Amino acid sequence: MEFFFQILITGIAIGFLYALSALGFVMIFKSSSVLNFAHGELLGIGAFIFLLLSTWARLPIPIAFLVTLMGTFALGFVIERLFLRPLIGEALIEVIMLTVGLAAMFRGLMLFIWGGNLYTYPEFLPKGLSFTLGGITIPPVYSAAIIIGLLFLLLFGLFFKYSSQGIYMRSVADNQPAALSLGVHVRRVFALSWAIAALVAGMSGIVLGIINGINVHELSAIGLKVFPVVILGGLDSIGGAIIGGIIIGLVETFVSGYISPSIADIVSYILLVFILMVKPYGLFGLVEIERV
Amino acid sequence: MRRLIFHPCGNYNESYEQELTIFETDFGRAFLWIGLFFVFIVFPLLLKVIFPDSNPYLFYILNMTGIAAIAVLGLNLLMGFTGQISLGHAAFFGVGAYSAAILATRVHFPFWISVPCAGVITALVGMIFGIPSGRLKHLYLTIATLAGQFIIEYVLIHWESLTQGTMGIILPTATIFGIKLSSDASFYIVIYLCLTIMTWMAVNIVRTRYGRAFIAIRDNDRAAEGMGIPLFGYKLLSFAISSFYAGIAGGLWAYYMISITPEPFNLFLSIEYIAMVIIGGLGNVAGSIYGAAFITLLVEALRWITEIMMNIGTLEGVAITIAPLREFFFGLAIVLFILFEPKGLAEVWRIVRSSFRLWPFSY
Repeated sequence: MEFFFQILITGIAIGFLYALSALGFVMIFKSSSVLNFAHGELLGIGAFIFLLLSTWARLPIPIAFLVTLMGTFALGFVIERLFLRPLIGEALIEVIMLTVGLAAMFRGLMLFIWGGNLYTYPEFLPKGLSFTLGGITIPPVYSAAIIIGLLFLLLFGLFFKYSSQGIYMRSVADNQPAALSLGVHVRRVFALSWAIAALVAGMSGIVLGIINGINVHELSAIGLKVFPVVILGGLDSIGGAIIGGIIIGLVETFVSGYISPSIADIVSYILLVFILMVKPYGLFGLVEIERV
Repeated sequence: MRRLIFHPCGNYNESYEQELTIFETDFGRAFLWIGLFFVFIVFPLLLKVIFPDSNPYLFYILNMTGIAAIAVLGLNLLMGFTGQISLGHAAFFGVGAYSAAILATRVHFPFWISVPCAGVITALVGMIFGIPSGRLKHLYLTIATLAGQFIIEYVLIHWESLTQGTMGIILPTATIFGIKLSSDASFYIVIYLCLTIMTWMAVNIVRTRYGRAFIAIRDNDRAAEGMGIPLFGYKLLSFAISSFYAGIAGGLWAYYMISITPEPFNLFLSIEYIAMVIIGGLGNVAGSIYGAAFITLLVEALRWITEIMMNIGTLEGVAITIAPLREFFFGLAIVLFILFEPKGLAEVWRIVRSSFRLWPFSY
């Protein structure tokens, strides 16, 4: 029974990590319907900038964290301006391939600078974050993941519901020409959504780095793990991303705990295919109504 | 004898048959024969005479280009003509390679039977993974094919009784009509013969009712259904044809490489194939070959540069650190093409050709 609870807790924590990584992805999709294949690399860039600032430049952790977030925010702006803006209105496949190309560029650059080695951050999370629940200790990193996940879910929920920029973003996602005609600055919305998405990705990268250490290949693999997560939840639903993340996290840890660790890597994809066959727009996705 | 057409100064088609012709002018037809003559006779002889010592390597590059071109032709039929984006093409390529290898080692099929059989088996597997296309569209289908890629990769590694897992399979030497295909040069002839046949098939598939149905589905699937095209059947057919091409390419690759393992058939190869389709020209049969040649040459050139730097003693350290930049330049090529010439090399070639044709009065 204790094994069961241990797996349950680990699964939920890993699920929150997946959800956190998926948040930035959903941000971009929600406002500009771009499927971002470079998401894993954005996670990696955030994690490596933080590593650089905290170990090489020896900045205090909170300042390093803030500077990383600012850096990734700016990076998101630059990516949108240089690469995505010329493609507004182009075919889906071209935008997808552009992000694939960006992913290869970023991965190459990161491998060039840092190599394929595993790096770890210095220990900085307070020990007080670890607590015991019914005889099972939860390590501080997992509780940090859950807390940060919940915090950002709340922040984004409020942002989309009440702030003017959030409302603009929803309007652009819903109907771009109508938003344009009502005076929404669509280009600014795209730029902002990329910047925020890169920021969230950078932050998730840091959390992932604290737990697993930082490695270029592993982080880009997590970027692909995001797909089952967001599809399960529906591509454009933030709440769905959280639920999808938790489902995938639980399924993976249970399969690797009870059946076999090797099949755990693909079980999420098998689940994905079956769910898509039953509900073609994911569990919480918006059903597209098409007219000829 | 009918009049030969050389330089029409406009579009004078009067019937649908004229619209459908492959060669607009008789120059085109003549150039085809000249091109085939060069590919099969002049080129191999030239390579043998000019580079007697390094010709296996040059033939290797050409063979890799040819195999990639066959696979990319299939992917282009699926992506460029039917509009279904597939991220699992490398997995189908792998299925073809493994089918050929297993048929050759377990059932002892000869080369010329096991390669087409590999194509057919892969087509069946492709149809299974095409089933989601009945319900899914666009991004959702793309991600379903991504799932297919991971599932097939897993099966190739873990179904050890059939595929021998990471140990891999060693194939016998390919023989065709009693001739052993042991050198790169002999494989060159076989691969380019296959490529010619497959290109001829692709060009003609596009002209038939099936090809026109594919194009209708790409342009607007709801309207196509309204015109009486059964969507699911044609999408499955498209997946089957595209996987058949991948299977043939995989079978040739397996025989050429002699030993195969599951590693090469990963997502990165799928992405490489998509890059070839885009850089060559989406929805353009000849473009597939240009794209395959461009990417293969780019990858080989980047490898060559790093190797040269390795051999210069003082630059060895530099070479090891810049090796990852290969991936960077690969990504950069994709990005630049999409930003500046999204229709690919086929469009560049068309512009060059028409500026020659209009000379000296080009605008």
